[in-house]
Amino acid sequence: MLDLAYLIPFFPLLGVLLNAFFMRRAGEKAVGVLGSGMIGLSFLFACGAFIAMLGLAPASRRLEIELFTWVAAGKFEAPVAFLVDPLSLVMMLVVSGVSFLIHVYSIGYMRGDPGFRRYFVFLNLFVFFMLLLVMGGNFLIMFVGWEGVGLCSYLLIGFWYTDDAKATAGKKAFIVNRIGDFGFLIAIFLIWTSFGTVQFTKLIPMASLYPVGSGVITAICLLLFMGAVGKSAQFPLYVWLPDAMAGPTPVSALIHAATMVTAGVYMVARANFFFTLSPGAMTVVSIVGGGTALFAATIGLVQNDIKKVLAYSTVSQLGLMFLACGVGAYVAAIFHLVTHAFFKGLLFLGSGSVIHGMSGEQDIRHMGGLKSKMPVTYWTFLAGTLAIAGVPGLAGFFSKDEILWKTFSGGQTVLWLVGLTAAFCTAFYMFRLVYLTFHGKFRGSKSAEHHLHESPRTMTVPLIILAVLSVIGGYIGLPHILAGTNPFGQWLDPVMRPVAEGEVIAHHGEAATEFTLMIVSVLIALAGIYLAHSWYMKKSETVKALGESSLHTMLLNKYWVDEIYSIGIVQPFVKGSELLARYFDVGTIDGLVNGVGSFFSWVGGGVRRVQTGMVQNYALFMGIGLLAVLVVFLMSTLG
Amino acid sequence: MQIELTHYLLLAAVLFAIGVMGVLTRKNLIIILMSVELMLNAVNLTFVAVARYTADLTGQVIVFFVMCVAAAEVAVGLAILISIWRHRGTMHIDSVKLLKW
Amino acid sequence: METILFAAFALATILAALLTITAPAPIASALYLVVTLFCVAGLYVLLAAPFVAAIQIIVYAGAVLVLILFVIMLLNLKPVEEKISIPWHAAGIAVAALLLLVVFLTIMSVSSLLPPASPLPSGYGTVGQVGRLLFTKYLYAFEVVSVLLLLAVIGAVALIRKPDAGETDAD
Repeated sequence: MLDLAYLIPFFPLLGVLLNAFFMRRAGEKAVGVLGSGMIGLSFLFACGAFIAMLGLAPASRRLEIELFTWVAAGKFEAPVAFLVDPLSLVMMLVVSGVSFLIHVYSIGYMRGDPGFRRYFVFLNLFVFFMLLLVMGGNFLIMFVGWEGVGLCSYLLIGFWYTDDAKATAGKKAFIVNRIGDFGFLIAIFLIWTSFGTVQFTKLIPMASLYPVGSGVITAICLLLFMGAVGKSAQFPLYVWLPDAMAGPTPVSALIHAATMVTAGVYMVARANFFFTLSPGAMTVVSIVGGGTALFAATIGLVQNDIKKVLAYSTVSQLGLMFLACGVGAYVAAIFHLVTHAFFKGLLFLGSGSVIHGMSGEQDIRHMGGLKSKMPVTYWTFLAGTLAIAGVPGLAGFFSKDEILWKTFSGGQTVLWLVGLTAAFCTAFYMFRLVYLTFHGKFRGSKSAEHHLHESPRTMTVPLIILAVLSVIGGYIGLPHILAGTNPFGQWLDPVMRPVAEGEVIAHHGEAATEFTLMIVSVLIALAGIYLAHSWYMKKSETVKALGESSLHTMLLNKYWVDEIYSIGIVQPFVKGSELLARYFDVGTIDGLVNGVGSFFSWVGGGVRRVQTGMVQNYALFMGIGLLAVLVVFLMSTLG
Repeated sequence: MQIELTHYLLLAAVLFAIGVMGVLTRKNLIIILMSVELMLNAVNLTFVAVARYTADLTGQVIVFFVMCVAAAEVAVGLAILISIWRHRGTMHIDSVKLLKW
Repeated sequence: METILFAAFALATILAALLTITAPAPIASALYLVVTLFCVAGLYVLLAAPFVAAIQIIVYAGAVLVLILFVIMLLNLKPVEEKISIPWHAAGIAVAALLLLVVFLTIMSVSSLLPPASPLPSGYGTVGQVGRLLFTKYLYAFEVVSVLLLLAVIGAVALIRKPDAGETDAD
């Protein structure tokens, strides 16, 4: 079963081809079932591969499947190869599983949309590229998937392209991503010139030959991270993610919560053999991650669009994942990635259900009291919120806690505090969201109130499944101090520690500290929930007063980062392009080409005057020609 | 003094040059035609002279043919001239500059 | 004797030629051309080509020139306004002069290679000998020239024909 794993990315590709070319006249149901079915097949094969891999010994859990040699240019060889190991299996399962649920959900959500078939084609295409990304056995295949998901993100964000604002959001996503991709590409070049190969399995032993902190490795890591910053929406390249909410909500759930944005985290985890050799790069990663986590969380405190809150929350949670990578806790980062996929996917789908029920309204100030009208949505949404807030027992608690613990025990106390504050904000704004959306009295229009209804089963069933996963999913990483064996950590360890073998994993003596910190983070979470409750459920005056403060304005305007970018970068660029277009492209290039044309015109205008039409002139020229011939003849015979 | 081939050749050259000057200088179509006849005669003279001094009759045969062709050419040329006269009413060579740019 | 005759005929030829090209009226020009042709015929006789001389007078002076004269007289051609532009005029004269110069130089440089005057074989230049050559060695050319003359006749008639009422020019 394992050697058939290479089929996994090709089911969605088949779905793309079938849906794009052969289902022109098929109904929505057929298209949706085909698209979802293909992903379902991928998921089944991934499960099969997982079970097969469980049967292998931990040290031999690695399979490279090479399909064919794509590039063989001189000494550069890049085969189309897949690497199936614990890390890629985790990603494959998450990607295919969550994608499947979201595909099913989309059948209900996108019903009646004229672009229904196009939607499913793009969505399948996205999953294909994402699977390429996570299964790729070398940096080049990963990059192909990387670029491909960026493309699909653009296509799906700007799905309703007739709306200018939505189309612009798609553009913004693609362009900002590209900035990061530039760094990634340079990193690949560096890897090639330094090592002569880009294949992971070959690089791992080679990398260990370099000393810790070497310049080349640090440069590679920083450039790789630049790519991750773009793709995973970290500061300063996060600005595209909130705007990406212009796309359909299932797209936001899939791409901008569960899968694409996590590609950066996966990439850093995959390249851990480089990062562990560069403490400098790791510091950068942790600072950027932690800083972004807090930064985005503060913005999320005051947003009024339900999807925007979730978007900033995603940026913040990604920051936590990078924080984990930065302190060397790659397992914790991937663990949080998995749980985040569950509960953030759930939250986005739930918000989609809310928007669907509210006939398109997204402003939470016009919502309220939806709890009774949309019970399934409410309870699943609540489950997701509890998970993200870090309430003990649910998935998010275990993963977030492991990150915070690893940060603290790694000696990064400041970053631990930053993470803790971010967790507090998270709990606060998520429950604010729940209270304003589902509790209290309905604050919307009368017509919206009439249309309020629970969503169809194709939408609520995925919600329920994800809610269950959000609740129980954390137990795969149950830590030792809570009498668990952390099977997740054991599963991933061989991948995360290829450079330094035989380290003792458990820190026995610090069990007490770990437990204390766990209590602290729980208390912080509960404090956040309580604050939200008292402000929004009990309608306190503090909210009103704070609402008018300048702090609120600054947060509401997202620290004016978009405006700064616009004035500082975008507009000079656009102006420069305009100038270039006018003076260089039109003036110089076109001028040159036209100039050649007009030059010949001018020459022709002069030369044509030879054609006087007068016979005697022609006879004269003939005579001159004759003269010339004779002179030449004379010269040759006499000379 | 013996008359050598050189003398005849020079004479023919002068005749030819006069014909060329007539073609290039005069504006009357008829006169230009006649200048062309002059040039043809110069050539004929050259052929006959060379035939004499090489004792080869081929030159005279050639002249025979040249004269035939000249006759044909004059006939057609005059026909053209008459056409031009009919259409333009003038024999001025500058009136037939249809090929002007 | 031969020298004197040659000199006379040569001078006459050149003079008549010059008058041909400089005469203002076409009719005068035609008449001077006749004189030129006669002088050239004389030169042919000096060159032991009596047959050619005869043809010259009969065909050239007697047919071609008469044709030209017919045209001049029938169309009542008058002198044309000889509006000259100095540059072109000068260029024409220059080309003619240079041509003469170059040919002159060529002739002078090869004059030593030219065969001298030698006694001719008997029967040289007679009708019989020329005719024999014409009808044996150059028979093909002879026949082709007759076709050419036919063509010339047809062409001339075709060019001259006035279209009847109802026909267009292209007919």
